Amino acid sequence: MTAPPLLSVRGLNKAYGALRVTDDVSFDVAEGELHAIIGPNGAGKTTLIHQLSGRLASDGGTVRFAGSDVTRLSMEERVRRGLARSFQITSILDGFTVLENAALAVQARSGSSFRFFRPAARETRLNEAAMAALAQVKLDDRAHRRAGSLSHGEKRQLEIAVALATGARLLLLDEPLAGTGHEETAVLVDLMQALKETHTIVLIEHDMDAVFALADRVSVLVYGRLIATGTPADVRSNREVRAAYLGEEEAA
Amino acid sequence: MFNLFLLQALNGAQFGILLFLVAAGLTLIFGIMDLINLAHGVLYMVGAYFAATFTGLTGDFLLGLALALPACLLFGIVLEVLVFRRLYERDHLDQVLATFGLILMLNEAVKIVWGAAPMSVPIPDLLSGSIPLIGPLQYPFYRVVIIAAGLLSAFGLWVLVNHTRIGMLLRAGAVNAPMVSALGVDIRRLFMLVFGFGAMLAGFAGAMVAPILSVEPGMGDSVLILTFVVIVIGGVGSVRGAFVAAILVGLVDTLGRTFGPIVLRSLMDPSAASQTGRTLAPMLIYILMAAVLFFRPSGLFPAKGAAA
Amino acid sequence: MSAGLSEAAFDTAGRVGPGRRAGLFAGGGATLAAGLIFLALALLPPVATLIDDPFLVVTATRIMIFAIAALSLDLVLGYGAMVSFGHAAFLGIGAYAVAILAANGIDDLFLQAVAAILAAALFAFVTGAISLRTKGVYFIMITLAFGQMAYFFMVSLSAYGGDDGITLDARSTLFGLPVLAGDLGLFYLVLAVLVVAFAGLRALTLSRFGRVLRGTRENPVRMQAIGFAPFRYQLTAYVIAGALAGVAGVLLANQAEFVSPAYMSWQRSGELIVMVVLGGMGTLAGAIGGAIAFMLLEDWLALASEHWKLGLGLLLVLLVLFSRGGIAGAIGRLAGRSEA
Repeated sequence: MTAPPLLSVRGLNKAYGALRVTDDVSFDVAEGELHAIIGPNGAGKTTLIHQLSGRLASDGGTVRFAGSDVTRLSMEERVRRGLARSFQITSILDGFTVLENAALAVQARSGSSFRFFRPAARETRLNEAAMAALAQVKLDDRAHRRAGSLSHGEKRQLEIAVALATGARLLLLDEPLAGTGHEETAVLVDLMQALKETHTIVLIEHDMDAVFALADRVSVLVYGRLIATGTPADVRSNREVRAAYLGEEEAA
Repeated sequence: MFNLFLLQALNGAQFGILLFLVAAGLTLIFGIMDLINLAHGVLYMVGAYFAATFTGLTGDFLLGLALALPACLLFGIVLEVLVFRRLYERDHLDQVLATFGLILMLNEAVKIVWGAAPMSVPIPDLLSGSIPLIGPLQYPFYRVVIIAAGLLSAFGLWVLVNHTRIGMLLRAGAVNAPMVSALGVDIRRLFMLVFGFGAMLAGFAGAMVAPILSVEPGMGDSVLILTFVVIVIGGVGSVRGAFVAAILVGLVDTLGRTFGPIVLRSLMDPSAASQTGRTLAPMLIYILMAAVLFFRPSGLFPAKGAAA
Repeated sequence: MSAGLSEAAFDTAGRVGPGRRAGLFAGGGATLAAGLIFLALALLPPVATLIDDPFLVVTATRIMIFAIAALSLDLVLGYGAMVSFGHAAFLGIGAYAVAILAANGIDDLFLQAVAAILAAALFAFVTGAISLRTKGVYFIMITLAFGQMAYFFMVSLSAYGGDDGITLDARSTLFGLPVLAGDLGLFYLVLAVLVVAFAGLRALTLSRFGRVLRGTRENPVRMQAIGFAPFRYQLTAYVIAGALAGVAGVLLANQAEFVSPAYMSWQRSGELIVMVVLGGMGTLAGAIGGAIAFMLLEDWLALASEHWKLGLGLLLVLLVLFSRGGIAGAIGRLAGRSEA
């Protein structure tokens, strides 16, 4: 690898009392890569994504994004630099339309929001960019529905569209397949397959079929520690990983 | 000057102790049940009225006090069962509205039952008179009794919170209420007990001040807001924080009112100093609160994270 | 299990559950309802003359002034999801701007209004910046305490009447003209301010700024995740609302020709909250309707019994206890609207 990594994590820590939820986590994500992070329940995956996105302050370690240190930046500042996330528990604005959910994300990066008189819903520039994001996740035909009325799978799609609409270079996707049915999963996997062409992605996911189908590289998190990083094939054949994680799945 | 300081410091401590008695129950109710209760000051008022009534009936303050305490406990439990129990799951706005309604109701009910005119309770002979401090300096014995009774209650609470099973549950509840119910504890009974006990403490404070203040409708309202200041400074859910903050607020308020103008007199001409002092003194505790919040948004002794 | 840090566990300044926006004037007809109210109000003075009840105009003026204050609170409470319990302080600051300036020889309404807006906005900025560092029950208690601080400040201000308040010699003048001397002039000025405030706030809630505020109400963490810092927007809304309540205070002082600390008592703040919730939060028209309904109810109860507060309190408690979704839900159902 010659180009510097887009995201570079070094020695990241987070502890709640004596419990080390993430323990000296280090990894790089290259530009254009889909990097999956897997691990059993309670491995600290969501905590890690909170630390990467800025939702949670780290006890130690650094996060560098696009060449600069973002460790001390707030979530909103990281988003403005192109590091956006989705949520494991769908957290779209139910009372807004689908279009407005995305348009707000466009608004955040398009000039000041301290404008008090012109109706925001009629700003075509915002709406067009929002429609583009919705089209990418194939939700454009739902644009004027209330977000709360979408099906679960559609909400997961919107969750990704909102992250796209922020203009992100890197997407942190926190279990985008959580709670989805068979067909919804297929739609979302296709969607991520297409997104790989345009975005760098860090994917946290439980669905192993999806992970091994999509990922360029996989890191395995167990009890807060990264025990392996490599290509899907490497990781699949890694003894330690099989013992700690995959074996457990098979046994279950 | 030193004598004045000593007297005012004692007054401040006595005031602070009373605030603590009201705040102790309220901070637990906030912390454990995440319930905003505006009507807690009403319990203080009701305590004073119970004490006045029972003292009148029995002709003896101590007997009246002994009757007022269980009456307050009962009153608190009745309120919990009738109203508060249904509010725990509601949002803060519903809690604000319902408890605001309770204040309007109970203040008016007190007027109907006891009349709008202030009542007074004589200081019992046994506790009247003064005791010598240093030299010729005297201090009213009854106020010493208030301080002692308050400290004793605080000590009792400390033992209860830190050295009993209920206390352990209370502390755990202030940090993580769902966990406590997951332990198989009957959370409803625990809440009812905390509420009744908090009502009794507030009522105790009201009963104790009955002989030195006039007992009147609405007397709980100003105490309620001071109690909020205490809880915000001390940290929601922390009994220890409530104690430290209550004493602090009592001292700052009392000493500020006396010494504010005196201190200012060294900076400006006397009439301006006394005017400025009188204006600033009542604001001191709020400024203190703002300062504490600025540096520690969850108070001095946070039981759990409250800051954004 | 990441130590209970679920995305759903956020908390704003005072917990306000979702789906609370129902009430007298919820729904799409809100603006229409407001328009009808304005029309009825505009026609009120001739009607009052016709039925020979001049006091009607005075009552209506007073109600409209509280409707303006309730409107401003709706921006904070209904759109910003901030349960502020110190809103009456801004009303009082506006009123005292009139009294203090008048006592010092400045009778001009315009200057008084500018002073009131600046003073209320400054107070809102400082106390809001501190209060918004916290959330939940803290925010409610702190706004209440700051309101009380303003109250005690005025109580101790003996040069301007202290506890007893201060009577104005005359109403304000506008550029030297006594336009407010008559009740009718004041009535139409207050109505104009009410209409402008409503229209302005309506535009504001639909603007970019308003959209961020509404988004923050629904989910502040989501707003951060797309690049907004909620604090700045909430504080701005708090300051705007404070300034508008200050204007209401200017009008109140002129209406009563008397100013006292009682204007900023915490009970008054509570009543403003009741007005907004009664009418339906986050609809603007609801705040106006709620103010009218509340003040008429208050007058009516006061006529019925000297212990009317008992009835009002009981009504509040019962409404909250025995209705799903609180008062707003109850009224929404009474009005035959389901909470969709």
